Amino acid sequence: MIFTGKGFRFGDNVDTDQILPSQYLVLPSIKEMSKHAMEPLLKDFSDKFKSGDILVADHNFGCGSSREQAPAVLKELGVQVIIAKDFARIFFRNCINIGILLIELKEADDFQDGDVISIDTVKSIIINKNKTYTFTPLSNFLKNIISKGGLVNYFSAKK
Amino acid sequence: MNLTEKIIAKHANRDNVKPGEIVEVSIDWCMANDATISLNIDIFKNEFGFTNVWDSEKIIFINDHQIPADSVNTAAVHQKTREFCKNQGIQCHESDGVCHQLMFEKYVKPGELVVAADSHTCSYGCVGAVSTGMGSTDIAAVMGTGKTWLKVPETIKIDLNGILQKGVFAKDVILKIIKDLSASGATYKTVEFSGEVTSRFSISERFTMCNMVIEAGGKSAMVAPDEKVVSMFQNKNIDWDFLTTDSNAAYSQTITYNLSDLTPQVACPHFVDNVKDIKKVEGIKIDQAFLGSCTNGRFDDLTIGANLLKGKKVASDVRLLVTPASVDIYREALNQGIINIFLEAGAMINHPGCSTCWGACQGVLTKGQTMISSANRNFKGRAGSPESDIYLASPATVIASAIVGKITDPRKFLEDIK
Repeated sequence: MIFTGKGFRFGDNVDTDQILPSQYLVLPSIKEMSKHAMEPLLKDFSDKFKSGDILVADHNFGCGSSREQAPAVLKELGVQVIIAKDFARIFFRNCINIGILLIELKEADDFQDGDVISIDTVKSIIINKNKTYTFTPLSNFLKNIISKGGLVNYFSAKK
Repeated sequence: MNLTEKIIAKHANRDNVKPGEIVEVSIDWCMANDATISLNIDIFKNEFGFTNVWDSEKIIFINDHQIPADSVNTAAVHQKTREFCKNQGIQCHESDGVCHQLMFEKYVKPGELVVAADSHTCSYGCVGAVSTGMGSTDIAAVMGTGKTWLKVPETIKIDLNGILQKGVFAKDVILKIIKDLSASGATYKTVEFSGEVTSRFSISERFTMCNMVIEAGGKSAMVAPDEKVVSMFQNKNIDWDFLTTDSNAAYSQTITYNLSDLTPQVACPHFVDNVKDIKKVEGIKIDQAFLGSCTNGRFDDLTIGANLLKGKKVASDVRLLVTPASVDIYREALNQGIINIFLEAGAMINHPGCSTCWGACQGVLTKGQTMISSANRNFKGRAGSPESDIYLASPATVIASAIVGKITDPRKFLEDIK
């Protein structure tokens, strides 16, 4: 599968209180919550981000609380892939479960805001500014969950 | 195997497990709270299509994050929780306290495997249970099946030696460890605490240590049960012989501390690993001080605070908010005269719950304000405005700062530290 989109660049330790601040967790739908995604870090992120664009970050993306509303609002806005140097554990698992592809890439420093990034999940490569980067694909166990579209479908298939 | 591995192996129905293996495990307790319950219920019903929970006695719902309801939206979430619990026969706690404190007081036993829809679930390592936080889809699957998958974590052993100075507490120790490990230094790993300082810590202090392992990215935390834990569970039927680390146990890393020279520590905005010695931040003016949370809202924490505050007043331009972590703690603090000391000093007492630890209800901050807090997170905007600042410290440092109106070394009031 090929994903191509504009890069939105973030730094280290983007926590789930930045991805979705606590006061919005009780809004009645993920759609309404998604208007406040990334609000403390980038005002109007939900307007600026176009479905298919790609988040790029440094270390420990998604640290902090276990709130699944955080990846859910990103998915709602059309996030399909996140590239970071590494991810926090609960966020990582939540993304797998709802079908967002996470790519760990040490060379994330080369990526800037506005870069047009292309990802080939079959070849496990990323192309940015005519340079090709190779990433380590997920383990088969996790790939299997994502390929079914997340934990719900994986679970249904097992039944 | 180390104790965490032994407990995971037992719940995977296996003789042994190795770090990195993915295993299916059965769960002893599954907990969720009002920060995410609504989403858990939706996924449980609408996406998985479950009609009944796997075991209504093993699932605990706790309204604690926004209690009492602070908005119509919150009231709707609480109502949805009550109805779901009633239909499924699930225990629903309201107004009883912070979820992790209640799980510790009422449910979790040594050797158990617990998952909950909250990142601070790692706390129950203080009584020798393996426990970890998960998101709503994982929790909905556990609610329906009683099972989940886990990657067996590597274990970092942290050996704590020396004698803590008067005025230095478990909170200072864990902040120092998080500084050294960094906010991601324990990602996907378990942290096992050992050594003479750990042995001397009360179970409440071990709770503080285990609770904050997530702030270094940890999956779970562990303190091997000793006579203090045995005494807490003396009426329960527990296989204590099983709850030991094998002599050939392996650790991915061992870190040794001598803590005799440790001074009070403060985590500065906006990251929990941005930790400094108290002398580097002393004198910073504060608008609010918070004593509470699952990290430091227990009876011993309130007692430390009350001893410091007795006969003194909170600085005139500071608001001190005190929130006991549970109703049992609240009642004991009332009976012992501790609540009265806080009231006499000018503090506001909130009903047990998450309260000011997160910026969704009580005691939120506006632009330009500064709070010192005994809680666990100081992320940008965690207490309201993204343009406010949160400093994290021990209950003693919080109360000393509330008295002076500026961040203050609690050793300034050394004679009041019991």
